[in-house]
Amino acid sequence: MVLNHKLTNDEHSYGWGPVIMHWLIALAIIGLYPLGWYIETLDYYDPAYRTIPVWHKSIGIIVAMVLAVRLIWRSFNKPPAPLPQPKKMVIAAKIAHALLYLLLLITLISGYLISTADGRAIELFNLINIPALPFAIDNQEDIAGLIHFIVATILISLAAIHAIAALKHHFIDKDITLKRMLALREE
Amino acid sequence: MKAKFFKGLALATLMTASPLYAADYVIDTKGAHASIEFRISHLGTSWLTGRFNTFNGEFSYDSDNPAASKVNVDIDVTSFDSNHAERDKHIRSDEYLNVADHPTASFKSTSFTPNADGGGVMKGMLTLYGTSKEIAIDVAKVGEGKDPWGGYRAGFSGTVELKPKEFGMNYNLGPASETVYMDLNIEGIRKK
Repeated sequence: MVLNHKLTNDEHSYGWGPVIMHWLIALAIIGLYPLGWYIETLDYYDPAYRTIPVWHKSIGIIVAMVLAVRLIWRSFNKPPAPLPQPKKMVIAAKIAHALLYLLLLITLISGYLISTADGRAIELFNLINIPALPFAIDNQEDIAGLIHFIVATILISLAAIHAIAALKHHFIDKDITLKRMLALREE
Repeated sequence: MKAKFFKGLALATLMTASPLYAADYVIDTKGAHASIEFRISHLGTSWLTGRFNTFNGEFSYDSDNPAASKVNVDIDVTSFDSNHAERDKHIRSDEYLNVADHPTASFKSTSFTPNADGGGVMKGMLTLYGTSKEIAIDVAKVGEGKDPWGGYRAGFSGTVELKPKEFGMNYNLGPASETVYMDLNIEGIRKK
């Protein structure tokens, strides 16, 4: 195995672009979920009471931006063909990948809808204001909050299964599924 | 002559004790001429204000017999609004108002002690956070009279201090923020 030097995907390997975006989002999700729980436990007098939520929201916005680039990239530059495995597993993987995108999208949108429910903009590290939608529904922050929590929990669970599946491919099937996502390619 | 005087007095007493028609009013929440607002100290630095947007109620009031005044109000606690969605979500959560378990609050008067100005002290049971407690609201009469559209209105304002801890809400907002000051404004339209 050697490091791939290409930025884009080809039929057999992932390029650096999609690989970096994949791991950025993976890291962010792994960090954001416990951070969200931690926010709930913060006492009003905790020195971090006002900063941790800013971090959570700002990282979330960055994830949304990376996801947008990743989805556009994917529509122009298809991922490599699936590695040989039973047809059922190929379909299961496809469904899981689509669900990961969908759940992430719902989590991001619902998070945005909590903070913008009163028409306030959501801030990216006090640098950029992302404006609210020009309309809102009654108790939007509560409804969006419930969806945000439930869908994020399903997302992190599915992401864990996704990781276990990757390890299964690497250690049990001994194929290059995981290596491909580390921008490695066969010589 | 004497007998006639007493007869008149008896009649007057009867009239004040049981007015000829019940002066029942519907609180004008439809036209939003009523509000349930609160104030709470923020860190001892400033006042944070907000309100419950959705409620309804009725009251009885007769200026000839104010002691018979009554009021019933039902409040939709989920309509808590402090003009900040993230704070509203937090206050409605199980850390504070817990609206999922206690979506409504109510006030039912038990007695009214009038003063000379048409106001007085309205005692009654406030049920909030699933806890019922007697509270005493200081009431001031604002005014009453015919409105320009063929109706008759009466309006009052009231203040009462509540301690959320006494109702079971224990989230620590700090020593300066243990009392919530309720500012109540009600205008009623007399039922026909």
